[in-house]
Amino acid sequence: MTREEALAAELLAEITAIGALPVAADILQPAETLLDLYGEDIRARAYVTDDPRMGEMMLRPDFTVPVVQAHMRDGAEPARYCYAGPIFRKQSGGRAREYLQVGFELFARDDPARADAEVFALFARLLQGRDLRPVTGDIGILKAAVAGLQTSDDRKAALMRHIWRPRRFRALLERMGGHGALAQARAELVAELRRAPAPALIAEAGQMVGLRSEVEIEARIGRLIADADTPPIPQDQVAALEALLALAAPAPQALAQLRAQDWPALAPALDRLDARLKALTEAGIDVARLPFEASYGRTTMEYYDGFVFGFLPARDDLPPVATGGRYDALTAVLGQGRAIPAVGGVIRPAILAQLEGA
Amino acid sequence: MAVKLGVPSKGRLMEQTFDWFAARDVRLTRTGAAREYAAEVEGVAGLELVLLSASEIPRELAAGRVHLGVTGSDLVREELADWSAQVVELALMGFGHADLIVAVPKAWVDVETLDDLDAVASRFRAAHGFRLRIATKYHRLVREYLRAHGVADYQLVDSQGATEGTVKNLTAEAIADITSTGETLRANHLKILADAPVHRSQATVFASRRADWNGKGPVLRAVLTKLDMAVPPELSQML
Repeated sequence: MTREEALAAELLAEITAIGALPVAADILQPAETLLDLYGEDIRARAYVTDDPRMGEMMLRPDFTVPVVQAHMRDGAEPARYCYAGPIFRKQSGGRAREYLQVGFELFARDDPARADAEVFALFARLLQGRDLRPVTGDIGILKAAVAGLQTSDDRKAALMRHIWRPRRFRALLERMGGHGALAQARAELVAELRRAPAPALIAEAGQMVGLRSEVEIEARIGRLIADADTPPIPQDQVAALEALLALAAPAPQALAQLRAQDWPALAPALDRLDARLKALTEAGIDVARLPFEASYGRTTMEYYDGFVFGFLPARDDLPPVATGGRYDALTAVLGQGRAIPAVGGVIRPAILAQLEGA
Repeated sequence: MAVKLGVPSKGRLMEQTFDWFAARDVRLTRTGAAREYAAEVEGVAGLELVLLSASEIPRELAAGRVHLGVTGSDLVREELADWSAQVVELALMGFGHADLIVAVPKAWVDVETLDDLDAVASRFRAAHGFRLRIATKYHRLVREYLRAHGVADYQLVDSQGATEGTVKNLTAEAIADITSTGETLRANHLKILADAPVHRSQATVFASRRADWNGKGPVLRAVLTKLDMAVPPELSQML
């Protein structure tokens, strides 16, 4: 047994000991579900293969999706699940393509703060004594900030859709503030669209081809013109949002700084952060020194939408030892109408083994 | 101890490659019967010509079965993951120009840029229940390009030929393909997005970083002298 396997077995035993139910998941997962969730980018990260009868399949890039599906099929509530097994990710260079992941997922409707704290405290305990730096964040605060901007619902939805793509998010924010190359291109497009009624413009452009209909094109022209008549997002709000994205401080100080901004739209999300810090303290975590980074979790593949956390090695040539977070929206998508608040995380024992050897 | 040079085996790309080398005093010629893929080189002793399909040359370079190869820069980037770790770009040849572009129906008067395409993809998915389809054979290049620009809610569908027709045939909403004049696009009622193309391709001489260069120094230097070039650092350590 390798050290990676031994560590995985130990970690799984400890998680099972708190009453988590071990679950199994197929290595071959239907590609369509993962593509619909994560988009085409997942092809660059996951191994795609082909089954003559089942169609496109993927080698399991994570356990979250099959575990949520299993819970949605026949889970009781609340539920605690654990698992250990190989996952497969395409990498550049010499990084591992196949490695073990040990995970814990908690599905519970009541008291999300306590559920967040339970998961984080479990991981902190499992990783105790190792030289790791914890980091936390909260995508829910970013979502609240976007929802609280003084602008149209269309713009908020566009920003919300790209919270996990920081570069695009920034470009959109700049355009909606009325600045930059995209704002210029948009102004030119709208000037052209105002030149004549939509049906005339479409007829003039040439033959209609493809599935996207004239009705859809005309509807977007209407939205573009309405958007052009919407005032730019006020510069002080753009600046506040950017300051929020850059915020990194010990959690209580981060909370105090955010409160001091006196941004009413953030209040419910900040109350949740406050409740989480209290629950973490009750769970034995010293939150006074717990790092909080507002942008943490924005570039991961997982669609975390609330609390996020990681445990990072001191060496920056190694990936995180553990990552996790809350993914309520994902269960809604996979549950096709049914949803359950969910929070969980994974550990990579191979990285722990590497750190022991160093 | 021959150095193998892979060159496209037919068509204008082969002729222009021959002309390009001839202008640099390296004469490549086909020998034997018209349909026989045999060839020879005059001007550099120890350089051996291998005629190959242009699309196979990236793979042959990556496998180290040819030392040098002429092919489109688009094909190398599409076929080889992390291409610059596998081959070195020696010379841009100045012909075979083509841009890999994204095109949408001309009737989409509301779409000029990737910013628009991304917004349309979101609405399209909500309205039709599936991700907006982009037909292409350049999966790697197009996916990397769209990811870098943060476009979401699309899918790539494979199209190995007649890609411009896929929109009319309702198997795609947009395409990503190579174009030089844009004529086929216009004939199929498509227009190119205003953003910079996915890639500007041209015929290029590549050197393999995986081939056995041991003892090949004199021949390589002789070839590069004709091309008026020094040995690039990536190769000098392998000679």
